[in-house]
Amino acid sequence: MHLRKVKEFIIERMIFLSGIMSIIIVALIFIFLLKEGLSIFWRVPISDFLFARNWYPISDPPQFGILPLILGSILVTAGAGVISIPIGIASALFIAEIAPRKTKEVLKAGIELLAAIPSVVIGFIGMVTLGPFIKDLFHLSTGLTALSGSITLAFMAMPTIVSIAEDAITAVPRQYRDAAIAMGATKWQTTWRIVAHAARPGMVAAVMLGIGRVIGETMAVMMVTGNAALIPHSILQPVRTLTATVAAEMGETVQGGEHYAALFAIGIVLFIITFLINGVADIYLHKTKK
Amino acid sequence: MVIIRIKGTVMIETLQKFSPAIVSHKMDLKLEAKTVNAFFGKTQALQNVSLSIEKNHVVAIIGPSGCGKSTFLRCLNRMHEVAGGTMNGTILLDGKDIHENDPVNLRRRVGMVFQKANPFPTMSIFDNVAAGLRLNGMAHNGHIAEIVERSLQQAALWNEVKDSLSKNGMSISGGQQQRLCIARALAVNPEVLLMDEPASALDPIPTAKIEELIYELKKDYTIIIVTHNMQQAARVSDETAFFYLGEIIEFDNTKKIFTAPSIKQTEDYVTGRFG
Repeated sequence: MHLRKVKEFIIERMIFLSGIMSIIIVALIFIFLLKEGLSIFWRVPISDFLFARNWYPISDPPQFGILPLILGSILVTAGAGVISIPIGIASALFIAEIAPRKTKEVLKAGIELLAAIPSVVIGFIGMVTLGPFIKDLFHLSTGLTALSGSITLAFMAMPTIVSIAEDAITAVPRQYRDAAIAMGATKWQTTWRIVAHAARPGMVAAVMLGIGRVIGETMAVMMVTGNAALIPHSILQPVRTLTATVAAEMGETVQGGEHYAALFAIGIVLFIITFLINGVADIYLHKTKK
Repeated sequence: MVIIRIKGTVMIETLQKFSPAIVSHKMDLKLEAKTVNAFFGKTQALQNVSLSIEKNHVVAIIGPSGCGKSTFLRCLNRMHEVAGGTMNGTILLDGKDIHENDPVNLRRRVGMVFQKANPFPTMSIFDNVAAGLRLNGMAHNGHIAEIVERSLQQAALWNEVKDSLSKNGMSISGGQQQRLCIARALAVNPEVLLMDEPASALDPIPTAKIEELIYELKKDYTIIIVTHNMQQAARVSDETAFFYLGEIIEFDNTKKIFTAPSIKQTEDYVTGRFG
């Protein structure tokens, strides 16, 4: 009897530990980022770090202004959003509401496969096919631009958007569809005005998670955006994102040095951005469940 | 001549014995089902169902679970095919075959209230009632507020919600939600109202309200109500049809069905011996 109680206790504790493990790890990562990155702010004030226009980390004296990088990330992400959100939502509606069962199975498998392609492969294809295509199309000196990055990343956001939005649409109870059809709504009216409406919180969450993936994406972006740390004036210019900067420069830094700390500070900024985006997505996901 | 006439009467009488609905009351028929068979895939859910429903009457459909009563109701507004079923036979609305016309138009004339109240979750009370008008492009005639008020009054809900029309349709009680769904169905001004166990999820008091409401609505609409509550059928309907295993066993005046049914099976069911 007593032994059984001890067993229960141990098992409960183990499950509890595994449960909070991920939270502990996230907290540790954040603490590590702060520890390594915050020292840059002794030298460069936060406002200068965020809003100064020049990122010249190895000139003398070095300049650590990440505004061009932030704008690069925003531009690429916004472009990817403009491309992937309408297509993603439309294909989620098609798969959930319109497609016959067999088409549905094939499409779902295809989208899962798209999610499984390593980002370096997508980046590679973007670099050798999309880049030259955009270069010729717009008569540019280089095809590695923000637009190329947006298109490439749109393909990476799409699987997330489609599969989560599709779940949300499928989760709309049958009774609402029935109610709409029984009152004389057409198929399209039912889909658009009733089902899409009811699934809206889930679709917002899908979009946010897709965008979260785009912001955090590094490898493909680094390969196709041209990596020029300049404030972009058009989507047809090369840009450099926050993530690509960290990945490209970390190898050249002196551990504990200013540049090293600045890259970690970029990590903090990214962490906060994705945390906010995931937070918003989470709020909307919970709304759907209610 | 005389002989033929006598023969004719005899035939009619014999026919009436088996299915009185086919021959009686030729006047003012709103809905007529003739030898309707309905299927889900290969499973047959309805077998040769024939039923005539008079205008401004309430017809109750009773029978044990799985007897096809809901399927029959869903054939009448072609919701059966939406769920993936098929049917053959003829259903006439005002003498016209409902399969000749667009189902969307049919459903605007034949409204439906479901077993579980299903107000649209993202809409306010007002928008729920207005939904049908907006979907059907009737929104532009500028009388939306008027029609919404009239429909809610018809559904005996107006006094309870008139101060909270902008509240979410899901925020009111179950009985109120069901009356909201009735108001929503009435807003598009249908001719026939199909009710699929509209009170089965409700407590006695809201149930009584819905029943009173059915009695009121009869003046303007033809109503077909599926119910497994026999007292309810006895209280609200003019005629009652007893379904069993996909077939219509007996269809007659409600009083007769509950006091002196002609068929043993009906008697067994209404007296609670089975079902």
